Amino acid sequence: MNPGGGNVVRPDRRHGGFAAFVVHRVSGIVLALFLPMHFLALGLALDGAGSLDGLLAFAELPLVKASEWALVLLLTIHLVFGLRVLTLEFLPWRGARKHWIGWGAGLALAAGAVFLFGVA
Amino acid sequence: METRLFALQRLSAMLLAPLVLVHLALILYAVRGGLTAEEILGRTQGSIGWALFYGIFVLAAAVHAPIGVRNVLREWTAWRGTSLDGAMLLLSAILMATGLRAVWAVVV
Amino acid sequence: MGDTDHHLQVAIWRGAGEGRFVDYEVPARDSQTVLDVVTWVQRHREPALAYRFACRVGVCGSCAMTVNGRPRWTCRTHVRKVAGDGRLTIEPLRNLPRIKDLACDMTPFFEKWQRAGGRFKGSAPRGAAIPRLDPASPERRAADAAIECINCAVCYSACDTVTWSPDYLGPAALNRAWTLVNDARHGERARVLDAVESAGGCHSCHTHGSCVETCPVELNPTASIAGLKRRTLRRLLPGGGA
Repeated sequence: MNPGGGNVVRPDRRHGGFAAFVVHRVSGIVLALFLPMHFLALGLALDGAGSLDGLLAFAELPLVKASEWALVLLLTIHLVFGLRVLTLEFLPWRGARKHWIGWGAGLALAAGAVFLFGVA
Repeated sequence: METRLFALQRLSAMLLAPLVLVHLALILYAVRGGLTAEEILGRTQGSIGWALFYGIFVLAAAVHAPIGVRNVLREWTAWRGTSLDGAMLLLSAILMATGLRAVWAVVV
Repeated sequence: MGDTDHHLQVAIWRGAGEGRFVDYEVPARDSQTVLDVVTWVQRHREPALAYRFACRVGVCGSCAMTVNGRPRWTCRTHVRKVAGDGRLTIEPLRNLPRIKDLACDMTPFFEKWQRAGGRFKGSAPRGAAIPRLDPASPERRAADAAIECINCAVCYSACDTVTWSPDYLGPAALNRAWTLVNDARHGERARVLDAVESAGGCHSCHTHGSCVETCPVELNPTASIAGLKRRTLRRLLPGGGA
């Protein structure tokens, strides 16, 4: 990928904006992969409540619950970091709004905590 | 075309923001005490409101996600050109079809 | 802090596209810039080392190189700021073809500058009266905020989207385009917008902000590109104009 080629030193990307971008992009990919499965799962209701209940019982498994927790986190973070991008692109520039990154992560963890509290 | 795709992606994002907030709030509320099909369907069946809410949600997501995935593939893989664009249209169609089917499943 | 007893461990890229890092031990000094380090190596260890510099005082941008993974003006980078553990890795700017050692080929950078519509073309004939421009107008303020770019290519090297999308015009070219879009005297503003709307244009920017982090003149290409995004969207509307 580097037009220079050869043994290049990895770029130093340690700044908030780039971290936010990576998290935003990876969460988007995971959500995009999850979405069709989510739709198909809900579609089980076409066979009546029993089918959907079967899946929901499976979803009580700890590993599945953990994945659901992760999805709540990823959805929240994708939303907040997406709002940050929209703000930077469409509203008057007032700095890179870096604090949104920390607060966004915090909000996602809070949503995750509420979720865990609810399912515990 | 890039401007149009950009516009669609950002517009769908703006539409999705409040929908996602409502959906998250609903998830956090509904999972308490365990989730059953009865509880979900009891809320959504016969409801025009939820039909509209989730119908719009599905359509917006079916626009937003493929455009985003297209960016990722163009930058992080060697795939580009009309075949990629075609694949993204296909992804959009799949999301729309499975999504609207799901809405139908819980509303009707 | 000690003087000649301390040494820096410096790895410098030797070669071009193919090459390797060569290690040098360089005496540490109290007030030492990375350019001082490179110069010492060339004078005392490696006469054939190729590198660029000119003013040495942080106004020309010629000495830009990658230092410990970040693009910087080496004459303006104190060793103490980047080599806390006494180690330096120096290579040429990222995203540009390598000519030799620390010198890279700036041609693609300037080609993209042109491609983004950076060349000014007056809209009035020579004999016309000098146009009155209000420096406080929003357009002029937008242009002035971005106009100090000296094309050092640090932002271009910092940008990962440039690395991942070879046709991406890059922060500097788009920043320049933004100044012209806001210049009432420019006769080809619509053409600039056409150029930045194409594939590899402003819509490829994902707002990482690496350009803002690294610009030695403290410019904000991300904001300029956001301005271009809004302008191009406006064109989609009926009556959106140029």
